[in-house]
Amino acid sequence: MSLRSPLGEAKGLGSAKEGLHHWWAQRVTAIALIPLTIWFAFKVAVLSQSDYQTVLACIGSPWSAALIVSLIVAAFYHAALGMQVIFEDYIGHKAARVGAIMATNLLLFLLGAAAIIAVVRIALGG
Amino acid sequence: MSSNNRPLSPHLDVYKLPLSALLSIVHRGTGAFLSLGSVVLVWWLMALAGGQESFASAQSFMGSFFGCLILFGWTFALFFHLANGIRHLVWDAGYGFEKEAVEKSSLVVLGAAGFLTILVWIVAFTFSTGA
Repeated sequence: MSLRSPLGEAKGLGSAKEGLHHWWAQRVTAIALIPLTIWFAFKVAVLSQSDYQTVLACIGSPWSAALIVSLIVAAFYHAALGMQVIFEDYIGHKAARVGAIMATNLLLFLLGAAAIIAVVRIALGG
Repeated sequence: MSSNNRPLSPHLDVYKLPLSALLSIVHRGTGAFLSLGSVVLVWWLMALAGGQESFASAQSFMGSFFGCLILFGWTFALFFHLANGIRHLVWDAGYGFEKEAVEKSSLVVLGAAGFLTILVWIVAFTFSTGA
């Protein structure tokens, strides 16, 4: 028994019509996040009892700051892609679904921007 | 419904989830939790950028019992999502779909997530005398 409707078979497309870019971006960011999150989690663990100046110097060193900014971009992009799939699966009402996805994208963008500004400020010693 | 010979989806409330299915929904749950929890990371970086005072108040909250509880859940969610995400990448490459392989990799994912969580907390509590 085929699960495809005759119309679906005729069109040869799923209901979304596109999605390869979404799928691929989710994987690329996932691969980037493997080393970045392990590195960052253990870095923060090592710094957990350190004083302000030590943490500032360690997070703000050029390579650290560059890696943290990369982590932030990959993580928030990955989060936005993942939350989109969750909303697409569970929110049936179209306007609510599009609204939830849009609101989440904007919020995650704002959070990512705030985090990057913070890291840049730390790195530049402001 | 116009198409009536399609199978019904399993009735989840009368169906004992196998471990692989449980980990699948937990992967989604931890993903959503981490998206929400990214606020903690942003807050910590903002506090550090804000100066000595704001950093001290952020650190004292993170060091409190309640703060540690949140961070513990946060790190477990992170390492679970990481380990299970790597398993997803292996599946994407076309490997590990046999039933026994999935059952075994489920245990590996749980073990790795637990191990990394405990390891990062041991590091936090022992090797933390300056960078």
